[in-house]
Amino acid sequence: MNIIEVKNLVKKFGDFVAVDDISFDVKRGEIFAFLGPNGAGKSTTIKMLTTLLSPTSGSLLLDGNNPVLDSNKVRKSFGIVFQDPSLDDELTAWENMEFHGVLYDVPKKLRRERIEYLMKFVELWDRKNSLVKEFSGGMKRRLEIARGLLHHPKIIFLDEPTLGLDPQTRNHMWNYLKELNKNEGTTIFFTTHYMEEAEKIAQRISIIDNGKIIASGTADELKTKANALSLEDAFLSLTGKSIRQEDAGGKDNMRMRHRVWTRK
Amino acid sequence: MKTIYILWIRQLKRYVRSKSRMIGSIAQPLLFLVSLSFGFGPIFQKAGNGNYLNFLVPGIIGMSIIFSAVFSGMEIIWDRQFGFLKETLVAPVSRFNIMLGRTLGGATMSVMQGLLVLVISLFMGFRPTSWLLFPVLLLLMLLVALLFTALGTMIASLLEDMQGFQLIVNFLIMPLFFLSGAIFPLQGLPKILSVISSLDPLAYGIDAFRGVLINISTFGMGTDIIVLSIATLLFLGLGSYFFSKIQI
Repeated sequence: MNIIEVKNLVKKFGDFVAVDDISFDVKRGEIFAFLGPNGAGKSTTIKMLTTLLSPTSGSLLLDGNNPVLDSNKVRKSFGIVFQDPSLDDELTAWENMEFHGVLYDVPKKLRRERIEYLMKFVELWDRKNSLVKEFSGGMKRRLEIARGLLHHPKIIFLDEPTLGLDPQTRNHMWNYLKELNKNEGTTIFFTTHYMEEAEKIAQRISIIDNGKIIASGTADELKTKANALSLEDAFLSLTGKSIRQEDAGGKDNMRMRHRVWTRK
Repeated sequence: MKTIYILWIRQLKRYVRSKSRMIGSIAQPLLFLVSLSFGFGPIFQKAGNGNYLNFLVPGIIGMSIIFSAVFSGMEIIWDRQFGFLKETLVAPVSRFNIMLGRTLGGATMSVMQGLLVLVISLFMGFRPTSWLLFPVLLLLMLLVALLFTALGTMIASLLEDMQGFQLIVNFLIMPLFFLSGAIFPLQGLPKILSVISSLDPLAYGIDAFRGVLINISTFGMGTDIIVLSIATLLFLGLGSYFFSKIQI
């Protein structure tokens, strides 16, 4: 039973191919890690899965629905923690949570209970009435995590959720997610740059590089394949040691040029 | 319904909390009201058109509504840059409802803005011919505000950042405002200008405000209401179409 099915997915920005003919699937109830260097196409893939971007070609299915054609149905089945900030700075922490809860139709009583529980969980309850713009980067990140856990969807996407989180919160968050996975069968799809995190938590891993999936399997299978001792070594030997600054920069340039030329 | 409400209340909260924006949005209409009414009042009177302040107030109400409505529609650009737009776009709420909630919020705010101008003008000596039609005025203001918030939404859905903002102000909002008859009567204009004015939806809005407040109307109330209603529906449709096409 696959909850996510991706076949021959391609996304181009102008001439630049961000996602180059990838296929993979994620089983229902699985904890799946999507790894890759900067600019490899992870976030672009997630955006296509979560209805924010439409693919150039290829097919996508999320819980049996097509994100392009049935976007409303698809949006009912997932939750997401974005890589970059997505809070409203002019609202208070509590209002951000409440806003999310209402949008996702969490019943009022349950919503209020969970908001309190989660905000205590990320230790922001005593700051609940502060405007988010007064928060530090770490506090904002914690609030985003709490918000992402407010409703319990079938699939949770986490795009580098632990970036900038302290080990305590990170640990807390993964325990919460594992519970959710065990008790409610929630599928978890995450990206990270911390290989030990992927090794410890993910049941299955796909590695994407330059828009192509170059390896898939359990952490052990990947290690065997690359003949490496740790996932980190396996990752490095599969994706190479050069730093991917240029890929990311190239993509930004492309997008920028694309924007300049399409502006009237 | 709940989702439209929460989006509406969010727009209002942001507005009330942003003191500088509130002051800024009052200062401009106030400046126009004071300088134009004192500056042109005597000439207007001599030309036999009566009290210029009475003529001007409905126009400045229209001006404050069009500015705050278009800008609040364009707030989507900020939300896109600060990332919050994503949060609403992935939510299990139809894009039409999101757009509607936001637009209602922006429109409500703009109506309040217009009412504030009305109150200020009362202190300056403006007197409407009758208060009986005040509820009608409110409805008309809401209609105009919805129209231009939807226009702002449409523009913002097509722009990626704030760089085109100045262009919009200079080439769209300013002409819409100046050609609407907000500050001068539309009668006796050269042919071309009067044709252009008759294509400006704001002209019908301000004409209707005048009809209600000082009982003077160029196009006639019936025409005003029909044109405004059609334009509002059209822009709500266009706004929600382009909003639904946003990709991030």
